[in-house]
Amino acid sequence: MNVLFDNLPLYGVGFLGTIELFVVAAIGSLILGTILAAMRVSPIPVLRSFGTVYVNTIRNTPLTLVLFFFAFAYPRLEIADISFFWRASIGLILYTSAFVCEVVRSGVNTVPVGQAEASRALGFTFGQTMGQVVLPQAIRSVVPPLTNTMIALLKNTTIAAGFSVIEAGGIYANLSERGYNVFVGLLWVALGFLILVVPLTLLQRNLDRRWSPSR
Amino acid sequence: MTAVLYDIPGPKARARNLTLGVVGTAVVLAIAAFVIYRFIVTGQFDARLWEWITYVNIQYILLGALGNTLSAFAAAAVLSLAFGAVFAAGRLSEHKWLSVPSTAVIELFRALPLLVLIFILFFGVSRGLGVDIPAYWAVVIGLMLYNGSVLAEVFRAGIRALPRGQGEAAYALGMRKTQVMTNVLLPQSLRAMLPTILSQLVVVLKDTALGYIILYPELLYQARFLGSQGQLGAPILQVAMVVAVIYIAMCLILSGLSKLLERRLRRSPRAAATEETEEREVAAAQAQGGGGTFGD
Repeated sequence: MNVLFDNLPLYGVGFLGTIELFVVAAIGSLILGTILAAMRVSPIPVLRSFGTVYVNTIRNTPLTLVLFFFAFAYPRLEIADISFFWRASIGLILYTSAFVCEVVRSGVNTVPVGQAEASRALGFTFGQTMGQVVLPQAIRSVVPPLTNTMIALLKNTTIAAGFSVIEAGGIYANLSERGYNVFVGLLWVALGFLILVVPLTLLQRNLDRRWSPSR
Repeated sequence: MTAVLYDIPGPKARARNLTLGVVGTAVVLAIAAFVIYRFIVTGQFDARLWEWITYVNIQYILLGALGNTLSAFAAAAVLSLAFGAVFAAGRLSEHKWLSVPSTAVIELFRALPLLVLIFILFFGVSRGLGVDIPAYWAVVIGLMLYNGSVLAEVFRAGIRALPRGQGEAAYALGMRKTQVMTNVLLPQSLRAMLPTILSQLVVVLKDTALGYIILYPELLYQARFLGSQGQLGAPILQVAMVVAVIYIAMCLILSGLSKLLERRLRRSPRAAATEETEEREVAAAQAQGGGGTFGD
Protein backbone atom coordinates (compact mmCIF):
# COMPACT_ATOMS: atom_id res chain seq x y z
CA MET A 1 0.00 0.00 0.00
CA ASN A 2 2.81 2.41 0.92
CA VAL A 3 4.23 2.17 -2.56
CA LEU A 4 1.00 3.52 -3.99
CA PHE A 5 0.22 6.21 -1.41
CA ASP A 6 3.78 7.56 -1.12
CA ASN A 7 3.95 7.97 -4.88
CA LEU A 8 0.39 8.98 -5.65
CA PRO A 9 1.45 12.04 -7.71
CA LEU A 10 3.76 9.81 -9.78
CA TYR A 11 0.91 7.43 -10.57
CA GLY A 12 -1.37 10.37 -11.30
CA VAL A 13 1.05 11.90 -13.79
CA GLY A 14 1.76 8.51 -15.34
CA PHE A 15 -1.84 7.52 -15.95
CA LEU A 16 -2.72 11.04 -17.05
CA GLY A 17 0.03 10.70 -19.68
CA THR A 18 -1.44 7.36 -20.74
CA ILE A 19 -4.91 8.83 -21.13
CA GLU A 20 -3.65 11.91 -23.00
CA LEU A 21 -1.68 9.75 -25.41
CA PHE A 22 -4.67 7.45 -25.82
CA VAL A 23 -7.14 10.26 -26.58
CA VAL A 24 -4.85 11.98 -29.09
CA ALA A 25 -3.96 8.73 -30.85
CA ALA A 26 -7.56 7.48 -30.82
CA ILE A 27 -8.94 10.61 -32.48
CA GLY A 28 -6.12 10.73 -35.01
CA SER A 29 -6.32 7.06 -35.93
CA LEU A 30 -10.12 7.12 -36.29
CA ILE A 31 -9.85 9.97 -38.78
CA LEU A 32 -6.92 8.55 -40.74
CA GLY A 33 -8.35 5.02 -40.59
CA THR A 34 -11.70 6.12 -42.02
CA ILE A 35 -9.95 7.99 -44.83
CA LEU A 36 -7.91 4.87 -45.59
CA ALA A 37 -11.02 2.68 -45.55
CA ALA A 38 -12.75 5.07 -47.95
CA MET A 39 -9.70 4.80 -50.21
CA ARG A 40 -9.85 1.02 -50.08
CA VAL A 41 -13.48 0.81 -51.24
CA SER A 42 -13.31 3.74 -53.66
CA PRO A 43 -13.80 3.31 -57.42
CA ILE A 44 -10.31 4.65 -58.12
CA PRO A 45 -7.79 1.81 -58.56
CA VAL A 46 -4.72 3.90 -57.69
CA LEU A 47 -6.14 4.97 -54.35
CA ARG A 48 -7.30 1.42 -53.65
CA SER A 49 -3.81 0.06 -54.15
CA PHE A 50 -2.22 2.79 -52.00
CA GLY A 51 -4.60 1.86 -49.21
CA THR A 52 -3.88 -1.85 -49.58
CA VAL A 53 -0.12 -1.40 -49.59
CA TYR A 54 -0.21 0.87 -46.56
CA VAL A 55 -2.41 -1.45 -44.53
CA ASN A 56 -0.44 -4.58 -45.41
CA THR A 57 2.89 -2.97 -44.61
CA ILE A 58 1.87 -1.40 -41.32
CA ARG A 59 0.00 -4.46 -40.08
CA ASN A 60 3.16 -6.50 -40.53
CA THR A 61 5.44 -4.04 -38.73
CA PRO A 62 5.97 -4.25 -34.97
CA LEU A 63 4.71 -1.14 -33.17
CA THR A 64 7.98 -1.07 -31.24
CA LEU A 65 9.80 -0.59 -34.54
CA VAL A 66 7.48 2.26 -35.58
CA LEU A 67 8.08 4.05 -32.28
CA PHE A 68 11.80 3.24 -32.48
CA PHE A 69 11.86 4.96 -35.86
CA PHE A 70 10.14 8.07 -34.57
CA ALA A 71 12.24 8.19 -31.41
CA PHE A 72 15.73 7.74 -32.89
CA ALA A 73 15.69 7.90 -36.68
CA TYR A 74 13.22 10.71 -37.26
CA PRO A 75 15.42 13.43 -35.68
CA ARG A 76 18.13 12.63 -38.24
CA LEU A 77 15.88 13.94 -41.00
CA GLU A 78 15.76 17.34 -39.24
CA ILE A 79 12.24 18.02 -40.47
CA ALA A 80 10.76 19.64 -37.40
CA ASP A 81 11.70 19.41 -33.76
CA ILE A 82 8.67 17.93 -32.02
CA SER A 83 8.47 16.51 -28.53
CA PHE A 84 8.61 12.79 -27.70
CA PHE A 85 4.94 12.90 -26.82
CA TRP A 86 3.86 14.06 -30.26
CA ARG A 87 6.26 11.74 -32.04
CA ALA A 88 4.84 8.81 -30.08
CA SER A 89 1.33 10.02 -30.94
CA ILE A 90 2.17 10.13 -34.65
CA GLY A 91 3.64 6.62 -34.47
CA LEU A 92 0.56 5.29 -32.67
CA ILE A 93 -1.77 7.03 -35.12
CA LEU A 94 0.03 5.63 -38.17
CA TYR A 95 0.01 2.14 -36.66
CA THR A 96 -3.54 2.07 -35.29
CA SER A 97 -5.13 3.61 -38.37
CA ALA A 98 -4.27 0.50 -40.40
CA PHE A 99 -6.34 -1.59 -37.95
CA VAL A 100 -9.17 0.95 -37.86
CA CYS A 101 -9.21 0.88 -41.66
CA GLU A 102 -9.64 -2.88 -41.71
CA VAL A 103 -12.43 -2.80 -39.13
CA VAL A 104 -14.35 -0.11 -41.03
CA ARG A 105 -13.83 -1.81 -44.38
CA SER A 106 -14.97 -5.23 -43.18
CA GLY A 107 -17.92 -3.52 -41.49
CA VAL A 108 -18.92 -2.11 -44.88
CA ASN A 109 -18.60 -5.59 -46.31
CA THR A 110 -20.99 -7.12 -43.77
CA VAL A 111 -23.92 -5.07 -45.04
CA PRO A 112 -25.89 -7.40 -47.34
CA VAL A 113 -25.15 -6.71 -51.00
CA GLY A 114 -28.89 -6.37 -51.69
CA GLN A 115 -28.95 -3.13 -49.67
CA ALA A 116 -26.41 -1.47 -51.92
CA GLU A 117 -28.00 -2.97 -55.03
CA ALA A 118 -31.41 -1.65 -54.03
CA SER A 119 -30.13 1.84 -53.43
CA ARG A 120 -28.23 1.73 -56.71
CA ALA A 121 -31.44 0.66 -58.41
CA LEU A 122 -33.20 3.66 -56.89
CA GLY A 123 -30.60 5.86 -58.56
CA PHE A 124 -28.54 6.83 -55.49
CA THR A 125 -25.01 8.00 -56.20
CA PHE A 126 -21.91 6.49 -54.54
CA GLY A 127 -21.95 9.17 -51.85
CA GLN A 128 -25.65 8.73 -51.16
CA THR A 129 -25.41 4.93 -51.14
CA MET A 130 -22.58 5.05 -48.62
CA GLY A 131 -23.89 7.91 -46.50
CA GLN A 132 -27.57 7.03 -46.28
CA VAL A 133 -27.76 3.27 -46.76
CA VAL A 134 -24.54 1.35 -46.20
CA LEU A 135 -22.68 3.24 -43.47
CA PRO A 136 -25.61 3.66 -41.05
CA GLN A 137 -26.03 -0.11 -41.15
CA ALA A 138 -22.30 -0.79 -41.10
CA ILE A 139 -21.90 1.14 -37.83
CA ARG A 140 -23.63 -1.68 -35.96
CA SER A 141 -21.01 -4.17 -37.01
CA VAL A 142 -18.14 -1.67 -36.81
CA VAL A 143 -18.49 -0.28 -33.31
CA PRO A 144 -17.90 -3.48 -31.26
CA PRO A 145 -14.65 -4.44 -33.04
CA LEU A 146 -13.63 -0.80 -33.08
CA THR A 147 -13.90 -0.80 -29.28
CA ASN A 148 -11.48 -3.73 -29.36
CA THR A 149 -9.04 -1.79 -31.48
CA MET A 150 -9.25 1.10 -29.04
CA ILE A 151 -8.63 -1.25 -26.08
CA ALA A 152 -5.55 -2.53 -27.88
CA LEU A 153 -4.45 1.06 -28.49
CA LEU A 154 -4.85 1.85 -24.81
CA LYS A 155 -2.63 -1.10 -23.94
CA ASN A 156 -0.16 -0.21 -26.67
CA THR A 157 0.44 3.26 -25.26
CA THR A 158 2.65 1.55 -22.66
CA ILE A 159 5.21 0.88 -25.37
CA ALA A 160 5.74 4.63 -25.68
CA ALA A 161 7.04 4.52 -22.10
CA GLY A 162 9.98 2.52 -23.47
CA PHE A 163 10.89 5.60 -25.50
CA SER A 164 10.91 8.19 -22.69
CA VAL A 165 7.34 9.39 -22.96
CA ILE A 166 5.96 10.07 -19.48
CA GLU A 167 3.42 7.33 -19.18
CA ALA A 168 2.07 4.74 -16.76
CA GLY A 169 4.34 2.05 -18.23
CA GLY A 170 7.37 4.07 -17.09
CA ILE A 171 6.40 4.37 -13.43
CA TYR A 172 8.59 1.43 -12.39
CA ALA A 173 11.80 3.25 -13.39
CA ASN A 174 11.00 6.16 -11.07
CA LEU A 175 10.06 3.81 -8.26
CA SER A 176 13.29 1.88 -8.44
CA GLU A 177 15.26 5.14 -8.36
CA ARG A 178 13.47 6.07 -5.16
CA GLY A 179 14.16 2.65 -3.68
CA TYR A 180 10.60 1.39 -3.50
CA ASN A 181 9.52 -2.18 -4.12
CA VAL A 182 9.18 -2.33 -7.89
CA PHE A 183 7.16 -5.54 -7.84
CA VAL A 184 4.38 -4.06 -5.74
CA GLY A 185 4.60 -0.84 -7.71
CA LEU A 186 4.10 -2.69 -10.98
CA LEU A 187 1.15 -4.62 -9.59
CA TRP A 188 -0.51 -1.28 -8.90
CA VAL A 189 0.19 -0.22 -12.49
CA ALA A 190 -1.40 -3.47 -13.66
CA LEU A 191 -4.44 -2.80 -11.47
CA GLY A 192 -4.67 0.69 -12.94
CA PHE A 193 -4.81 -0.77 -16.42
CA LEU A 194 -7.44 -3.28 -15.37
CA ILE A 195 -9.56 -0.40 -14.08
CA LEU A 196 -9.19 1.37 -17.44
CA VAL A 197 -9.62 -1.69 -19.69
CA VAL A 198 -12.35 -3.72 -17.96
CA PRO A 199 -15.16 -1.13 -18.37
CA LEU A 200 -14.28 -0.84 -22.07
CA THR A 201 -14.38 -4.62 -22.45
CA LEU A 202 -17.76 -4.79 -20.73
CA LEU A 203 -19.05 -2.01 -22.99
CA GLN A 204 -17.78 -3.88 -26.02
CA ARG A 205 -19.50 -7.14 -24.99
CA ASN A 206 -22.71 -5.30 -24.27
CA LEU A 207 -22.69 -3.64 -27.70
CA ASP A 208 -21.80 -6.91 -29.34
CA ARG A 209 -24.68 -8.74 -27.68
CA ARG A 210 -27.24 -6.03 -28.35
CA TRP A 211 -26.31 -5.25 -31.93
CA SER A 212 -25.05 -8.35 -33.63
CA PRO A 213 -28.08 -10.72 -33.48
CA SER A 214 -30.25 -8.15 -35.21
CA ARG A 215 -28.90 -9.29 -38.55
CA MET B 1 -19.61 -5.54 -52.10
CA THR B 2 -17.22 -2.94 -53.46
CA ALA B 3 -18.36 -3.57 -57.02
CA VAL B 4 -22.01 -2.88 -56.19
CA LEU B 5 -21.42 0.51 -54.64
CA TYR B 6 -21.12 2.28 -57.96
CA ASP B 7 -22.13 1.81 -61.60
CA ILE B 8 -19.69 1.19 -64.38
CA PRO B 9 -18.46 4.76 -64.76
CA GLY B 10 -19.64 6.85 -67.70
CA PRO B 11 -17.51 9.51 -69.39
CA LYS B 12 -18.15 12.12 -66.70
CA ALA B 13 -17.44 9.75 -63.82
CA ARG B 14 -14.35 8.46 -65.59
CA ALA B 15 -13.00 11.98 -65.90
CA ARG B 16 -13.76 12.67 -62.24
CA ASN B 17 -12.17 9.43 -61.12
CA LEU B 18 -9.11 10.20 -63.20
CA THR B 19 -8.75 13.63 -61.60
CA LEU B 20 -9.15 12.18 -58.14
CA GLY B 21 -6.68 9.45 -58.97
CA VAL B 22 -4.14 11.94 -60.26
CA VAL B 23 -4.59 14.22 -57.25
CA GLY B 24 -4.32 11.27 -54.85
CA THR B 25 -1.20 9.97 -56.54
CA ALA B 26 0.28 13.46 -56.52
CA VAL B 27 -0.32 13.79 -52.77
CA VAL B 28 1.26 10.42 -52.01
CA LEU B 29 4.19 11.09 -54.33
CA ALA B 30 4.66 14.54 -52.80
CA ILE B 31 4.93 13.02 -49.31
CA ALA B 32 7.39 10.39 -50.56
CA ALA B 33 9.39 13.02 -52.46
CA PHE B 34 9.56 15.23 -49.38
CA VAL B 35 10.91 12.39 -47.26
CA ILE B 36 13.49 11.47 -49.91
CA TYR B 37 14.41 15.15 -50.21
CA ARG B 38 15.05 15.30 -46.48
CA PHE B 39 17.14 12.15 -46.81
CA ILE B 40 19.29 13.83 -49.44
CA VAL B 41 19.56 17.19 -47.66
CA THR B 42 20.64 15.59 -44.38
CA GLY B 43 23.06 13.32 -46.20
CA GLN B 44 21.42 10.03 -45.29
CA PHE B 45 22.26 8.51 -48.65
CA ASP B 46 26.02 9.04 -48.18
CA ALA B 47 27.94 5.89 -48.98
CA ARG B 48 29.68 6.06 -45.58
CA LEU B 49 26.38 5.59 -43.77
CA TRP B 50 25.52 2.48 -45.75
CA GLU B 51 28.98 0.91 -45.73
CA TRP B 52 28.26 -1.12 -42.59
CA ILE B 53 26.09 -3.52 -44.56
CA THR B 54 29.20 -4.85 -46.30
CA TYR B 55 31.09 -5.66 -43.09
CA VAL B 56 31.00 -9.38 -42.45
CA ASN B 57 31.17 -8.93 -38.67
CA ILE B 58 28.09 -6.76 -38.68
CA GLN B 59 26.27 -9.23 -40.86
CA TYR B 60 27.04 -11.87 -38.25
CA ILE B 61 25.80 -9.60 -35.47
CA LEU B 62 22.53 -9.08 -37.30
CA LEU B 63 22.25 -12.77 -38.08
CA GLY B 64 22.76 -13.61 -34.42
CA ALA B 65 20.13 -11.03 -33.47
CA LEU B 66 17.76 -12.53 -36.00
CA GLY B 67 18.42 -15.92 -34.42
CA ASN B 68 17.57 -14.51 -30.99
CA THR B 69 14.34 -13.04 -32.33
CA LEU B 70 13.38 -16.29 -33.98
CA SER B 71 14.22 -18.45 -30.98
CA ALA B 72 12.11 -16.24 -28.71
CA PHE B 73 9.35 -16.45 -31.31
CA ALA B 74 9.53 -20.23 -31.62
CA ALA B 75 9.51 -20.83 -27.87
CA ALA B 76 6.70 -18.32 -27.32
CA ALA B 77 4.64 -19.75 -30.19
CA VAL B 78 4.84 -23.33 -28.95
CA LEU B 79 4.24 -22.37 -25.32
CA SER B 80 1.30 -20.10 -26.10
CA LEU B 81 -0.35 -22.80 -28.21
CA ALA B 82 0.01 -25.21 -25.29
CA PHE B 83 -1.17 -22.60 -22.79
CA GLY B 84 -4.12 -21.78 -25.01
CA ALA B 85 -5.10 -25.43 -25.41
CA VAL B 86 -4.93 -26.11 -21.68
CA PHE B 87 -6.90 -23.05 -20.63
CA ALA B 88 -9.46 -23.40 -23.43
CA ALA B 89 -10.09 -26.96 -22.24
CA GLY B 90 -10.31 -25.63 -18.69
CA ARG B 91 -12.80 -22.95 -19.63
CA LEU B 92 -14.93 -25.39 -21.64
CA SER B 93 -14.99 -27.85 -18.74
CA GLU B 94 -18.27 -28.61 -16.99
CA HIS B 95 -16.65 -28.50 -13.57
CA LYS B 96 -17.00 -25.10 -11.96
CA TRP B 97 -13.76 -25.48 -10.00
CA LEU B 98 -11.90 -25.75 -13.30
CA SER B 99 -13.78 -23.37 -15.56
CA VAL B 100 -14.00 -20.41 -13.17
CA PRO B 101 -10.26 -20.08 -12.47
CA SER B 102 -9.44 -20.69 -16.15
CA THR B 103 -11.82 -17.92 -17.19
CA ALA B 104 -10.29 -15.59 -14.62
CA VAL B 105 -6.75 -16.28 -15.84
CA ILE B 106 -7.69 -15.78 -19.49
CA GLU B 107 -9.56 -12.55 -18.86
CA LEU B 108 -6.82 -11.17 -16.62
CA PHE B 109 -3.97 -11.70 -19.05
CA ARG B 110 -5.96 -10.42 -22.00
CA ALA B 111 -6.67 -7.17 -20.20
CA LEU B 112 -3.09 -6.39 -19.14
CA PRO B 113 -0.71 -4.62 -21.50
CA LEU B 114 1.96 -7.07 -22.61
CA LEU B 115 4.76 -4.67 -21.75
CA VAL B 116 3.55 -4.30 -18.16
CA LEU B 117 3.47 -8.10 -17.95
CA ILE B 118 7.06 -8.28 -19.21
CA PHE B 119 8.14 -5.55 -16.78
CA ILE B 120 6.57 -7.45 -13.89
CA LEU B 121 8.43 -10.60 -14.89
CA PHE B 122 11.75 -8.90 -15.57
CA PHE B 123 12.02 -6.07 -13.03
CA GLY B 124 9.32 -6.93 -10.53
CA VAL B 125 9.93 -10.59 -9.83
CA SER B 126 13.69 -10.26 -9.56
CA ARG B 127 13.58 -7.31 -7.17
CA GLY B 128 10.41 -8.22 -5.34
CA LEU B 129 10.75 -11.96 -4.91
CA GLY B 130 14.46 -12.39 -5.46
CA VAL B 131 14.03 -14.80 -8.37
CA ASP B 132 16.05 -13.63 -11.36
CA ILE B 133 14.32 -14.20 -14.69
CA PRO B 134 16.61 -13.72 -17.69
CA ALA B 135 15.41 -11.27 -20.36
CA TYR B 136 14.79 -14.14 -22.79
CA TRP B 137 12.38 -15.91 -20.44
CA ALA B 138 10.70 -12.68 -19.41
CA VAL B 139 9.87 -12.06 -23.08
CA VAL B 140 8.85 -15.66 -23.76
CA ILE B 141 6.69 -16.05 -20.65
CA GLY B 142 5.08 -12.66 -21.20
CA LEU B 143 4.25 -13.58 -24.77
CA MET B 144 2.98 -16.98 -23.65
CA LEU B 145 0.62 -15.54 -21.03
CA TYR B 146 -0.84 -12.89 -23.33
CA ASN B 147 -1.04 -14.74 -26.64
CA GLY B 148 -1.92 -18.01 -24.91
CA SER B 149 -4.96 -16.32 -23.42
CA VAL B 150 -5.99 -14.89 -26.78
CA LEU B 151 -5.50 -18.31 -28.41
CA ALA B 152 -7.54 -19.95 -25.65
CA GLU B 153 -10.44 -17.73 -26.63
CA VAL B 154 -9.88 -18.58 -30.29
CA PHE B 155 -9.99 -22.31 -29.52
CA ARG B 156 -13.08 -21.95 -27.37
CA ALA B 157 -14.93 -19.89 -29.96
CA GLY B 158 -14.00 -22.39 -32.67
CA ILE B 159 -15.37 -25.33 -30.73
CA ARG B 160 -18.53 -23.57 -29.63
CA ALA B 161 -19.25 -22.44 -33.18
CA LEU B 162 -19.66 -26.05 -34.35
CA PRO B 163 -23.26 -27.23 -34.80
CA ARG B 164 -24.45 -28.70 -31.49
CA GLY B 165 -25.58 -31.88 -33.22
CA GLN B 166 -21.97 -32.90 -33.75
CA GLY B 167 -21.27 -33.26 -30.05
CA GLU B 168 -24.72 -34.68 -29.30
CA ALA B 169 -24.39 -37.35 -31.98
CA ALA B 170 -20.99 -38.36 -30.63
CA TYR B 171 -22.36 -38.63 -27.09
CA ALA B 172 -25.31 -40.65 -28.42
CA LEU B 173 -22.84 -43.10 -29.92
CA GLY B 174 -21.48 -43.64 -26.44
CA MET B 175 -18.22 -41.72 -26.76
CA ARG B 176 -16.57 -40.30 -23.67
CA LYS B 177 -15.97 -36.58 -23.17
CA THR B 178 -12.32 -36.78 -24.24
CA GLN B 179 -13.20 -38.85 -27.29
CA VAL B 180 -15.90 -36.41 -28.34
CA MET B 181 -13.40 -33.60 -28.10
CA THR B 182 -10.43 -35.23 -29.78
CA ASN B 183 -12.20 -37.35 -32.40
CA VAL B 184 -15.16 -35.21 -33.36
CA LEU B 185 -14.99 -31.57 -32.30
CA LEU B 186 -11.31 -30.67 -32.58
CA PRO B 187 -10.62 -32.02 -36.08
CA GLN B 188 -13.55 -30.09 -37.49
CA SER B 189 -12.98 -26.80 -35.71
CA LEU B 190 -9.21 -26.78 -36.25
CA ARG B 191 -9.79 -26.33 -39.96
CA ALA B 192 -11.67 -23.11 -39.35
CA MET B 193 -9.26 -21.95 -36.69
CA LEU B 194 -5.97 -22.47 -38.52
CA PRO B 195 -5.83 -19.14 -40.40
CA THR B 196 -6.69 -17.24 -37.22
CA ILE B 197 -4.09 -19.17 -35.25
CA LEU B 198 -1.45 -18.32 -37.82
CA SER B 199 -2.34 -14.66 -37.83
CA GLN B 200 -2.08 -14.68 -34.04
CA LEU B 201 1.42 -16.12 -34.48
CA VAL B 202 2.24 -13.07 -36.59
CA VAL B 203 1.35 -11.04 -33.51
CA VAL B 204 3.74 -13.16 -31.44
CA LEU B 205 6.52 -12.51 -33.96
CA LYS B 206 5.82 -8.77 -33.96
CA ASP B 207 5.72 -8.59 -30.20
CA THR B 208 9.13 -10.18 -29.76
CA ALA B 209 10.34 -6.68 -30.63
CA LEU B 210 9.24 -5.66 -27.13
CA GLY B 211 12.32 -7.51 -25.93
CA TYR B 212 14.26 -4.44 -27.02
CA ILE B 213 12.82 -2.44 -24.14
CA ILE B 214 14.19 -4.85 -21.53
CA LEU B 215 17.45 -5.13 -23.47
CA TYR B 216 17.05 -8.66 -24.78
CA PRO B 217 19.60 -8.68 -27.64
CA GLU B 218 17.17 -9.21 -30.52
CA LEU B 219 17.04 -7.38 -33.85
CA LEU B 220 15.87 -4.00 -32.62
CA TYR B 221 18.37 -3.98 -29.76
CA GLN B 222 21.23 -4.63 -32.16
CA ALA B 223 19.83 -1.95 -34.46
CA ARG B 224 20.11 0.54 -31.60
CA PHE B 225 23.62 -0.68 -30.83
CA LEU B 226 24.84 -0.46 -34.43
CA GLY B 227 23.06 2.84 -34.93
CA SER B 228 25.00 4.45 -32.13
CA GLN B 229 28.44 3.38 -33.33
CA GLY B 230 30.37 6.56 -34.08
CA GLN B 231 32.92 4.74 -36.22
CA LEU B 232 30.18 3.80 -38.66
CA GLY B 233 28.81 7.35 -38.68
CA ALA B 234 25.92 6.43 -36.34
CA PRO B 235 23.71 5.11 -39.15
CA ILE B 236 20.60 4.56 -37.02
CA LEU B 237 18.18 5.53 -39.77
CA GLN B 238 19.78 3.10 -42.19
CA VAL B 239 19.91 0.25 -39.68
CA ALA B 240 16.29 0.88 -38.72
CA MET B 241 15.30 0.63 -42.38
CA VAL B 242 17.13 -2.65 -42.92
CA VAL B 243 15.68 -4.13 -39.73
CA ALA B 244 12.20 -2.96 -40.76
CA VAL B 245 12.58 -4.79 -44.06
CA ILE B 246 13.59 -7.97 -42.22
CA TYR B 247 10.62 -7.76 -39.82
CA ILE B 248 8.11 -6.99 -42.54
CA ALA B 249 9.43 -9.79 -44.74
CA MET B 250 9.16 -12.35 -41.92
CA CYS B 251 5.64 -11.26 -40.99
CA LEU B 252 4.52 -11.15 -44.61
CA ILE B 253 5.71 -14.73 -45.08
CA LEU B 254 3.67 -15.84 -42.06
CA SER B 255 0.62 -13.81 -43.13
CA GLY B 256 0.96 -15.15 -46.66
CA LEU B 257 0.99 -18.67 -45.27
CA SER B 258 -2.23 -18.04 -43.37
CA LYS B 259 -3.89 -16.57 -46.48
CA LEU B 260 -2.76 -19.54 -48.57
CA LEU B 261 -4.18 -21.92 -46.00
CA GLU B 262 -7.43 -20.04 -45.88
CA ARG B 263 -7.81 -20.31 -49.64
CA ARG B 264 -6.90 -23.99 -49.55
CA LEU B 265 -9.51 -24.72 -46.93
CA ARG B 266 -12.12 -22.71 -48.79
CA ARG B 267 -11.68 -24.85 -51.84
CA SER B 268 -13.95 -27.66 -50.68
CA PRO B 269 -17.39 -26.06 -51.08
CA ARG B 270 -19.15 -28.27 -48.56
CA ALA B 271 -16.89 -27.17 -45.77
CA ALA B 272 -16.98 -23.54 -46.80
CA ALA B 273 -20.62 -23.03 -45.90
CA THR B 274 -20.40 -24.04 -42.25
CA GLU B 275 -16.96 -22.61 -41.85
CA GLU B 276 -17.90 -19.11 -42.72
CA THR B 277 -19.94 -18.50 -39.58
CA GLU B 278 -17.34 -20.32 -37.59
CA GLU B 279 -14.48 -18.26 -38.89
CA ARG B 280 -16.32 -15.08 -38.13
CA GLU B 281 -16.76 -16.07 -34.50
CA VAL B 282 -13.20 -17.27 -34.22
CA ALA B 283 -11.89 -14.05 -35.70
CA ALA B 284 -14.06 -12.09 -33.30
CA ALA B 285 -12.51 -13.94 -30.38
CA GLN B 286 -9.08 -13.02 -31.63
CA ALA B 287 -10.03 -9.41 -32.17
CA GLN B 288 -11.10 -9.18 -28.55
CA GLY B 289 -7.55 -9.90 -27.57
CA GLY B 290 -6.95 -6.61 -29.20
CA GLY B 291 -5.79 -6.98 -32.67
CA GLY B 292 -2.39 -7.29 -31.87
CA THR B 293 0.18 -5.72 -30.59
CA PHE B 294 -2.85 -5.34 -31.68
CA GLY B 295 -3.64 -8.11 -32.04
CA ASP B 296 -4.25 -8.96 -35.30
